[in-house]
Amino acid sequence: MVKVRELTLNMGPHHPATHGVLRIILLLNGETIEDSKPVIGYLHRGIEKIAENLSYHQFMPYTDRLDYLAAPSNNLGYVLAVEKLAGLEIPKRAQYIRIIITELTRIASHLVWIGTHALDLAAMTVFLYCFREREMILDLFEMYCGARLTTNTFRIGGVPYDLKDDFIKKTLEFTDYFPPCVDDYEKLLTKNRIWMKRTKEVGFLSREDAINYGVSGPTARGSGLDWDIRRDSPYSSYDEMKFHVPVYPEGDVYARYLVRMEEMRQANEIVKQAIKALEGSEGLLAENAPKKGLKKIKKAPEGEVYHAIEAPKGELGFYIHSKGDSNPYRLKIRAPSFVNLSSISTMIKGNLIADVVAVIGSIDIVLGEIDR
Amino acid sequence: MGLIENKYPDNIITTSVDGLVNWARKYSLWPMTFGLACCAIEMMASAASRFDIDRFGAGVFRASPRQSDLLIVSGTITNKMAPVVKRLYDQIPEPKWVIAMGNCAISGGPFDTYAVLQGADKIIPVDIYLPGCAPNPEALLHALMTLQKKIEKDTIKKKIG
Amino acid sequence: MNNEKNVLDELKGKFGEDITETSEFAGDLTAAVRPSKWVEILNFLKIESKDKYDYMSDLCGVDHNDRNPRFDVVVHLMSTGNFKRVRIKTQVEEDEELDTLSEIWKTANWHEREAFDLLGIRFKDHPNLERILLPDDFLGHPLRKDYPLKAEESAKKQEELRAALKGEKVEADG
Repeated sequence: MVKVRELTLNMGPHHPATHGVLRIILLLNGETIEDSKPVIGYLHRGIEKIAENLSYHQFMPYTDRLDYLAAPSNNLGYVLAVEKLAGLEIPKRAQYIRIIITELTRIASHLVWIGTHALDLAAMTVFLYCFREREMILDLFEMYCGARLTTNTFRIGGVPYDLKDDFIKKTLEFTDYFPPCVDDYEKLLTKNRIWMKRTKEVGFLSREDAINYGVSGPTARGSGLDWDIRRDSPYSSYDEMKFHVPVYPEGDVYARYLVRMEEMRQANEIVKQAIKALEGSEGLLAENAPKKGLKKIKKAPEGEVYHAIEAPKGELGFYIHSKGDSNPYRLKIRAPSFVNLSSISTMIKGNLIADVVAVIGSIDIVLGEIDR
Repeated sequence: MGLIENKYPDNIITTSVDGLVNWARKYSLWPMTFGLACCAIEMMASAASRFDIDRFGAGVFRASPRQSDLLIVSGTITNKMAPVVKRLYDQIPEPKWVIAMGNCAISGGPFDTYAVLQGADKIIPVDIYLPGCAPNPEALLHALMTLQKKIEKDTIKKKIG
Repeated sequence: MNNEKNVLDELKGKFGEDITETSEFAGDLTAAVRPSKWVEILNFLKIESKDKYDYMSDLCGVDHNDRNPRFDVVVHLMSTGNFKRVRIKTQVEEDEELDTLSEIWKTANWHEREAFDLLGIRFKDHPNLERILLPDDFLGHPLRKDYPLKAEESAKKQEELRAALKGEKVEADG
């Protein structure tokens, strides 16, 4: 007598397609997934407790290591939260410089996303093309602050360095060179029959589920939720930039892919506009910005703030509870990938094992910020 | 290699066989895809077209430990992940080498906390320590070349102890 | 816009004394509520309030070990209609259980598990209240103020806790 039973399969934490140390326990009926349970925590480093023991300035390099694909973006989220707490007014030029660096980061992060997502689904050429463009952006970061990956770009109250002429020239060259590159990737993938077969109607997440699960960023916009923090609750002079926010209602992996491809083009546009806005602006550091230095660590006012930005992965929020010391009393990091990943059980139910790889790629997770 | 390795005592001259075996081993190191955290991104960048680790023969990244001989520990090892690292290291067949890439793999890095193992060498033997946070892909290639120099000095004669 | 009613006025009008404190700081609106009315007030904010705060951004715990009740549980909500935000918090004692929000917002499931894992705050009727970030055999709750930060001290503390647990087991058995 042949008995049919369910199989519990373990995927990870060491797996070529899980984008880091993620473990998913799958309950299978044949190849179809009946239930799943993600197990995380394999990269939990205790960053929030470290924050309670360091001053606000000293904690800045740790924020790089949260979403390590888009380090300046995390810097921006943290620094805006601290400036909201301290009530600092950031000069215009610093704000435009922040926009330029953050949007370049968005492009770099999405390039890694499409490179690894395509690599998982066996489109290896895209990986090599994307990393070639990403190297150009990392060169720009190295020109600005000296580091490629863990950049520590901003300071509380502004930015540390001004943009030199050759940085601006090279950035403008990049913005001219980049849109045809996105056309190249789209030529390889968007109308590709194999790509469409593997990503259309896979990993469906409805709009109601997206709101209920707290999903944000391109993952939510691919399910029809029209929300972008840069446009709807603007910060750091984003209200002066004109850009289009792509929203697709289908809710599958293909929709999220289209959202991010368009976002890369729009980020390019924002960089161009920010560079134009730089002319005539001035000021790198706020006047009452707390200066570093062992003797003069200024104490922050007492109170609580929460500030969220639109990171490449979604809503990155920092909740700071301050008791008037030079260290935060409690720093909670609301990581977008942590919340987006909780919806994966709903997304992969009823799909095949091979689709799990496509879905994980489409959520665009980074274990550094999931586990903190 | 199990047929001739560790079989001959010290008084037999094996120079050209050693040279041949070591040449073959050092120019065909197959790393395992073991990216844990931020250093993994620099490892991926070293495999991409600008830095191209494939010119050193080490471009075939294998996912399975059974098919690889080099473990590049890139990223923070947490206490939850430590038994997994040990198990994977044990599953790699001899000869095997380990590069501890980045400050976290060397000694815990900036994370001296309750959840982080303070260095990969607490659980597995490490051949090359590569400092940096994150080290450049060029630094990883330098570490690879240093490992190749180390392999050159290896021998198939019986090791004492 | 001083005569425009905001969500804090709405809450005070509907729940009166159950809203123990309201404040506004740096543009953020905060309301502290009684734990017994936790689910009711948050359900009101999601469904019946004027702005309809249907999106939960975050839920976290804060340890004030110099005061009783010891913990704060803080929830950040946002409305997908007009993008306004509000912060609701309550105070929980060390051995007290707070009602779970995972029926109202599915995202609360993981946030509450994290608060339990790192701080030890328990949530009543939670579907799977187990550790999420730390290994399963970890003892204690590290984000509490009395738990050490560094690796060596933490290892010692784990041994102490393990010995204490074994001591209790021996007493229970024999």
